[in-house]
Order: sequence, then C-alpha cells, then structure tokens
Amino acid sequence: MPAQPLELILARQFGDSLSMPFFLVDPEGNLLFYNEAAEGILGLRFTDTGGMRVEEWATMFRPADLDGNPMPPEDLPLVRTLNTRQPAHGSFSIDNVKGERVVITVTSFPLEGRPNRYLGAIAMFWKSES
Amino acid sequence: MKVKVWGCRGSLPSPGPENYRFGGNTSCFEVTHGDACIILDSGSGIQRLGRYLSTELKEIHILLTHLHIDHMMGLGFFLPLYNPDVTVHIWGPSASCESLINRLRRYFSPPLFPIRFNELPKHPVIHELNNEEFSIGEVMIQSEYICHPGPTLGYRLMTERSVVAYIPDHELQLGSCNFPNDPEWTSGFEIAKSADILFHDGSYTDREYFAKTGWGHCSVQDAIAFAELCKVKKLQLIHHEPTRTDVEIDEMLETACLERESDIEVRMCAEGDEFELD
Repeated sequence: MPAQPLELILARQFGDSLSMPFFLVDPEGNLLFYNEAAEGILGLRFTDTGGMRVEEWATMFRPADLDGNPMPPEDLPLVRTLNTRQPAHGSFSIDNVKGERVVITVTSFPLEGRPNRYLGAIAMFWKSES
Repeated sequence: MKVKVWGCRGSLPSPGPENYRFGGNTSCFEVTHGDACIILDSGSGIQRLGRYLSTELKEIHILLTHLHIDHMMGLGFFLPLYNPDVTVHIWGPSASCESLINRLRRYFSPPLFPIRFNELPKHPVIHELNNEEFSIGEVMIQSEYICHPGPTLGYRLMTERSVVAYIPDHELQLGSCNFPNDPEWTSGFEIAKSADILFHDGSYTDREYFAKTGWGHCSVQDAIAFAELCKVKKLQLIHHEPTRTDVEIDEMLETACLERESDIEVRMCAEGDEFELD
C-alpha cells in the first residue's frame, strides 16, 4: 500500500494524541483512522475494524435524527463535508456496537494540503447530554 | 547517476580545522546523468560547485527541498546565474498562499542581497512542485512533502539502473504514526523506498532529539531505523550540526552502531564524497 500524504500522516498523529473523539477519512470517504476516544463512543476498536468504506461506517451505527427517524448517509455531517468540501455540523444519535443509543454532536471539515490538494476530511465529535 | 557532495553541514556554514574532514559547507549535492546537471539545494556549497561546472553546460536545474537559509544561502554566489548563455531552472515547494518566486525574492533583494532576480542577465526559470513526478533529461524525479517546518520536499531521482533519495531535513518521530513500524504512515517512505542510496538527516543523538522535538530534524538512530524500514541499500547521514567536530561526528556513528546493529551500510557523509551508481 502506498504511503499516505504527509498531511494525513500528521492529521492521524494529531488525532491519536487527542482525548476528544476524532475520525479521519480520505477524499472518497474511506475510513483511515479513529482514535481511542472515538472507540469509547463507537464501542469498537480501530484495530478491530481497520479501514472501512463510507457505505459501511455511514450505516453500521444506524444514525437517526433527534426524533428517532433514520438518517440517510448523505445527511451526516462528515458525508456532507465529503460531498461539498465545506465544514458541516449536526447532532444525531447512533447505536454503538455495545447496543447503546448515544447522541453525538459532530463537526466535520475538509483537509486541503499545499497547494489546494484535497486530501479528505476530519470529523470531531462529542457525546451530547440530551 | 553520479553524485558529488559539495556541502552536507546543517544550519550554518562551519569552516575550521576541526571540521576539515566532513566539511563546513551547507547542503549542496551535484547529480549528473547523461547531459543532465541537477543540483540538490543551494547551500553555501553551491558557490564552489559553480566554479567547477563545465563551461559547456547550457542548462542547470537546482532542486530546492525548502527555503530555510542553509539550503539557499549560496544561490546568489552561483556563477552560472550571471552567465547569459546558461539557463538556470529553480524547482521548489509550493506553499499555501505565496508563490515560490516571491519567496525566493525575499532573499534576492536588499537588505539580504544586493542583486534582484530581474537584474540577473537571464532570469531563472521557476517551477513550483508538490507531490508529483517529472523528468530532467533521462532522470525521473519524484517530489513529495515531508515532515519539516514550512513547505519541504524530499526528492527521489530515478534512472533505469539506480535510485537516489534525498531528504536532508526530516523529523521522523513527528512525521510518523507508530514509528518505525508502518510504512504507509511514515513521512518520506515513498521517496526513500528501496533506494540504492539515501542521503538523510542525521542531526542529533537520541538524547539531543529529546530536547529538540519539533525543530524538524531527527537522530542518527531514527534515520537508521527509517532506512531499514525503507529497505535502502546505503544510508549517508547528512545535516551535521554546525558545532559538531570531525571527531564527534565519528563518535556519533560509532555510538549509534553499537546501540543498533544494521545490515545497511551506514556512513557519515563528507563534503567531497563522490558516488557512482550506474
């Protein structure tokens, strides 16, 4: 497998060092990494999942809006960022692998390297109180 | 391909009898293959190189890894820039906003230097690079951003028979996840993999690196681990600290080799060294 661009390597390194949940994908939405704090919310270790395609991670946690209606993948903030290359933000619930329903708030943003190379996106998320 | 070292000191020129063997000039490597004349970085070593180049040369390519002063301080003293019969191409990294020519002009203007680019008899041809491949003569070149403060490229020079990799300033511990075990997530891997010879940063001892994390350089031990990860044939360590004497440079390598056995041929690079690869 070819090595990743420097910006993604540094992004992963940065995410790995954070205690807030962090999720990194390439321009096609393929999952590259999520950190220990994200593992705690998703209930799944990254070393157990490895990379996943966007179709997998956008559906496997059964996202639903705050009224409980299923959310299509294209409404998820990170998928919106992938489709528009713009930051996105939103709150919704997921069913983690332990079977718990968790409400999370996600902020996602695109990654652009020098000079204007689109490299993927990062989502950072928080477990919401409500 | 032939490689000649005209400077392999880091940060600051360091002339003096205690640095006689490894030399005091900052980064400058001459690569020749067929008709192609490629110069890697224009540290203070390029001044002397400029005096020894063939007068028959009409085209010269200077590949800058980055614009820290030790990699371009010799540019204004490179004689072919003042010869209207010679076309000098300068290749260097793209930045986020400011063009390469504008960044070069900061050096080529008062008060740092009395002559401006547009006062040269022939304006150099400027080429901006990011992660890409291009050719100079029969040499294929791959450039890729690597981990060092500011936009910085590593270069991989390939002919049919040999590969030279050049990464003079490189912080491996920051530019890698799980170093040195995962090539996919290691800065510079694509530049260095399976190279016949790798010229790589070896600025510090392990202990020194600990106090200088984030400065953009690495230890000899990390450089050796990187060379092993990349399965290169030979490793030449460069970017010697300006305060390091010949004796101390020898001792650094001895210590590193005692701590870590390696199948790779590891040497401290010296100014004046020549390598014939084909």
